[in-house]
Amino acid sequence: MSKNTVSDRFRKVDVDEYDENKFVDEEDGGENQLGPDEAEVDSLIRSGNLMGALQAVLKNPPINTKNQNVKERAEGLVLKVLSSFKTSDIEKAVQSLDKTGVDLLMKYIYRGFEKPSDNSSAILLQWHEKALSAGGVGSIVRVLTARKTV
Amino acid sequence: MSYHSFLLEPISCHAWNKDRTQIALCPNNHEVHIYKKDGSNWNKIHVLKEHNGQVTGIDWAPESNRIVTCGTDRNAYVWTLKGDAWKPTLVILRINRAARCVKWSPKENKFAVGSGSRLISVCYFEQDNDWWVCKHIKKPIRSTILCLDWHPNNVLLAAGSCDFKCRIFSAYIKEVEEKPAPTAWGSKMPFGEVMFESTGTAGWVHGVCFSDSGNRVAWASHDSTVAVAEGGKTAVCASLTSETLPLLCVTFITENSLVAAGHDCYPVLFVYDSNKAALSFGGKLDIPKQSAQKGMSARERFQNLDKKATTDSKEAVLESVHKNSISQLSILNGGKAQCAKFCTTGMDGGMTIWDVKTLESAMKDLKIV
Repeated sequence: MSKNTVSDRFRKVDVDEYDENKFVDEEDGGENQLGPDEAEVDSLIRSGNLMGALQAVLKNPPINTKNQNVKERAEGLVLKVLSSFKTSDIEKAVQSLDKTGVDLLMKYIYRGFEKPSDNSSAILLQWHEKALSAGGVGSIVRVLTARKTV
Repeated sequence: MSYHSFLLEPISCHAWNKDRTQIALCPNNHEVHIYKKDGSNWNKIHVLKEHNGQVTGIDWAPESNRIVTCGTDRNAYVWTLKGDAWKPTLVILRINRAARCVKWSPKENKFAVGSGSRLISVCYFEQDNDWWVCKHIKKPIRSTILCLDWHPNNVLLAAGSCDFKCRIFSAYIKEVEEKPAPTAWGSKMPFGEVMFESTGTAGWVHGVCFSDSGNRVAWASHDSTVAVAEGGKTAVCASLTSETLPLLCVTFITENSLVAAGHDCYPVLFVYDSNKAALSFGGKLDIPKQSAQKGMSARERFQNLDKKATTDSKEAVLESVHKNSISQLSILNGGKAQCAKFCTTGMDGGMTIWDVKTLESAMKDLKIV
């Protein structure tokens, strides 16, 4: 009894890997998804067309790809666009999005919450409030249940 | 609508008898209680004790007056009324995980049980051996089956599962029935054949329902969406994302209208337009009592601001009839074609009977097509 319980390395073994009935998500060929176009978004921000920048940055979400760099770049870009909005303009911007746009925005917002930096959480919270009134709790449920994250 | 509070615990599942005078329900334990309506009271007349685990599904066959129950003890029992008592017959399901839902087929000669063993057991009675036997539908199910519904032709079975798919299987048992005629979902229906599989749903499918004709199937899933598929050469799917918490149960009340309910504690109406193949939100079906709106004093405003960082005067009290999630919906009168009354039971231990005509007249914009 005493000899076997010295090491607890067995607790770190991932037994689910060896389960032959393990649920594996369907592969969905996302190798070509590159995320939103950085150049286009940057030029739109510089020219002051923030609504356009928002639409552009929500295009081509890197949902199906497994490449973490692409996802991080997309998140950084979205954060840049969201931070450049004035507080009073946020509501109008959210109204201009359709249902899928609001859902996608929520996904990016929660992704942004995961890695807070400086002032990002405060800005994201303002966006969250407006997106919540547009999309309802349903949009948050969809962020939580989505198998393919942004 | 009338609300009756049966218990303080959640009602796990319920089923009505043919003339809707008796209801069988599971009070979140190993038993099934049968209550009989007596004027405006409900009296408990029977207690069915046989299961060793929580009873997760009950279905009461209207014509043959048999009750089938299934539970987390991996068993199902078929109960028949002998004189004044219900006698159980064990059905071996051959599953190694809990049973989750059970439904009699329209002709009541078989029933299907969905389980956590990633399979559906279709059981029928074998006259020679005087015993219920079961056949399994395994492929391509990859997770727990949460809900089932039979097609009116007694052969097709819709199943909603935790692997995010709603599927229609053929549960044709040659020992008890003739070969079925072609339907909108296909013409070749050997046992276990997948006639339809949904795509695009991202959450567990909590509730599934065939329409009265059987040409449409609706399902509600955990990502707060409702979807309807119409059978045909290629199945046409329409889905709607909702702004509410996930819905747990859904049923057709006419060929074009659906009622669904779930974690938001009130039933909602959806309307399906087959010309546009689109699903739209029809309205909330709960009529909240008019609460007296008392004005907020300045002191209350500052207190609210301090406590909740908002000057909103909305209280944290649910205005709906049910005070907790609604877990099951059942049609009382009118069938799925012209439902006149339906019933909801929930995790607050209460049961509400909703009258469709009253709801229609109370909500001005409500249109049940």
